[in-house]
Amino acid sequence: MSPIVKLNNVSKSFGSLHVLQGVSFDVAAGSVVAIIGRSGSGKSTALRCINGLEKINSGEITVCNHHLHHDVTRAQLRALHLDVGIVFQSYNLFPHLTVGQNIMLAPRWVRKQSKPEAREHAAEVLRKVGLAEKFDAYPEQLSGGQQQRVAIARSLAMEPKLMLFDEVTSALDPELTGEVLKVMESLARDGMTMVLVTHEMAFARGVADKIVFMHQGRVWEEGGGEMLSAPQTPELRQFVGNGL
Amino acid sequence: MTYTFDFSFLAEYWPQLLKGLAQTAQLSLLSIIFGFLLGTLLAIGRTAQSKLLRRVCAIYVEAIRNTPLLVQMFMIYFGLASVGFKLSAEFCAVLAIVINVSSYTCEIMRAGIESVRKGQREASDCLGLTWLQSLFLVVLPPATERVYPALVSQFILIMLATSLVSQISAEELTSTAARIDSMTFRSFEIYTVVALIYIGLAFVFRLGFWALSRLVFPRLRRLGTPL
Amino acid sequence: MLTTFQMQALLTAAVWTAGLSLIAFVLGGAVGLLIAVMRVSANRVLRGIAFTYIQIVQGTPLLVMMMLAFFGLSILGFDLAPFTAASFAMVIYSSAYFGEIWRGGILAVPKTQWEAAECLALHPVQRFWLVIIPQGLRISTPPTVGFMVQIVKNTSLASVIGVAELTYTSKLINNSTFQPFIIFSVVAVLYFCMCYPLAWWSRKLEDKLNVAHR
Ligand SMILES: Nc1ncnc2c1ncn2[C@@H]1O[C@H](COP(=O)(O)OP(=O)(O)OP(=O)(O)O)[C@@H](O)[C@H]1O
Ligand SMILES: [Mg+2]
Repeated sequence: MSPIVKLNNVSKSFGSLHVLQGVSFDVAAGSVVAIIGRSGSGKSTALRCINGLEKINSGEITVCNHHLHHDVTRAQLRALHLDVGIVFQSYNLFPHLTVGQNIMLAPRWVRKQSKPEAREHAAEVLRKVGLAEKFDAYPEQLSGGQQQRVAIARSLAMEPKLMLFDEVTSALDPELTGEVLKVMESLARDGMTMVLVTHEMAFARGVADKIVFMHQGRVWEEGGGEMLSAPQTPELRQFVGNGL
Repeated sequence: MTYTFDFSFLAEYWPQLLKGLAQTAQLSLLSIIFGFLLGTLLAIGRTAQSKLLRRVCAIYVEAIRNTPLLVQMFMIYFGLASVGFKLSAEFCAVLAIVINVSSYTCEIMRAGIESVRKGQREASDCLGLTWLQSLFLVVLPPATERVYPALVSQFILIMLATSLVSQISAEELTSTAARIDSMTFRSFEIYTVVALIYIGLAFVFRLGFWALSRLVFPRLRRLGTPL
Repeated sequence: MLTTFQMQALLTAAVWTAGLSLIAFVLGGAVGLLIAVMRVSANRVLRGIAFTYIQIVQGTPLLVMMMLAFFGLSILGFDLAPFTAASFAMVIYSSAYFGEIWRGGILAVPKTQWEAAECLALHPVQRFWLVIIPQGLRISTPPTVGFMVQIVKNTSLASVIGVAELTYTSKLINNSTFQPFIIFSVVAVLYFCMCYPLAWWSRKLEDKLNVAHR
């Protein structure tokens, strides 16, 4: 099966800072890929490039048959965003809308669903993340973990072919982290293709089909979960050592 | 001091004052509505990508905010007439006040728009909303809710400032007062009455804007806390 | 274009505008400080008086206040020059706004400062005037300077009771030359030259304060 995401020699710099220096990796349909690495190694940037939030300087990215290069148009990006969902570390829920309205916004305005249709669908994804009773609450009335689960539900409501997660648990207390990870795990079981940046090594090892270790803007090592127990490079050995 | 106050003219002139009050309220509401719309457009311009657009909007705002409304009004009323545009005093009045209030609204709304974090825009982009949709559905509503108190203060000031249009002989409360004054010579009394009417109107406006906020900001209605 | 005589008249008028602004700022500031202190005082009656004063002044158009000052003072038997009446109105007007601005500043002084002052065994009056007021005024410098722009612009309303400041003079000149765009543009530029530096200064102060508080 051809990969759903393919990064080919992608480079990205902010001014004189070369954040990505020839990054290549694939994501097979239905698989879970975890990106790990030290702070500043370019993990978030790689994820944001996949979603077109950052424009790349050279190389090529193919995501769900959309081709991204250094000059993509707004229309191309919009088409891409219909296929790819993303969840941010800082939730980014819309504070003036209820949970239900947050989830229904895009289906109604982008997918042109009718209100009852969008409502039913929203209730369904909300049930999936275990927050059915919070439909009419405002984001500020929820805990961090609940907000993050709503953010996941909001992305799911657009029925993306691919979901991106950028350190979605790192702003949360350990107890709240668990409930979010559980939701992501069940998504993986349902066959959703996912790319996640994470610091949760145990989670990466347990759920990911492939782990990509990034270091200094490059893919330093990649492999299955066993890679963490038998690192090939001193950098990964040190990183795993610190993490455990 | 042997002055005796005499408010007896009210018996005869109160219908005129009532009419003036209605005209002032109408003039104020028109100016507020159009001034808010124009000001929001300008605020969008001031936060736009295009440097030129930002510049143009900034110059407009600074030019208006640093010159008196009365002079702006004279320039529009006498100026347009001198080049052959015969416009009614009322139209010129609304035009001048709208221009004036738009520049203040612009600065207030700009602060509101800038208070919406970048992540909100990114999130709405990633959900596939168009630029215009995310502006109207994601950016402007919380922006307006946050600066609403400042907007209301500005709108009250504008309501009071509509008294200036009496100077280009447009019809409203203050010009009505001047007319009654010229017939009764009870200057102090009539302006006292008019001041009280303005104070009452300011109170009613505050109340009205409070009610409006509960209507247009459902989150505020439910939670009652500032965003 | 304008004759030298007209230009001279405008510059003289500009001096009156500046003078009226200065009076409104200094005297209005003094009264405003009193209002602000009353507004935050522990005494209920004083607070109520200050509150009512502010509500009344902020609910009345300055134009109407000009008229009331002009006719009211003459009833009281003072046969006053319009300039005095205009000054009176401007002082009342600006004091209410200053009172409100400074009240905000005083309330923005952190609670810990009150406590610290108490621990230094300062007398309550000393506490207030030596510790709280200076900080409160400092916090409110940007809006204070910003309001000075409003003062300068609003002196234009003194024209309605015949004070020969900029706006009044420009109207007179327009009545004889019938070149409204030219004369009012010149006057607008003169106002701009007085206001813009203040607006700019206010913004600079605000930026500085924001940086200090970060
Ligand atoms: N918009 C930007 N402008 C300038 N520099 C940026 C920008 N975004 C990221 N960077 C820089 O790029 C580098 C990589 O950032 P990135 O966020 O991809 O790291 P990361 O691996 O996600 O780190 P972390 O684990 O801390 O989130 C960092 O040095 C960061 O400062
Ligand atoms: Mg990151």
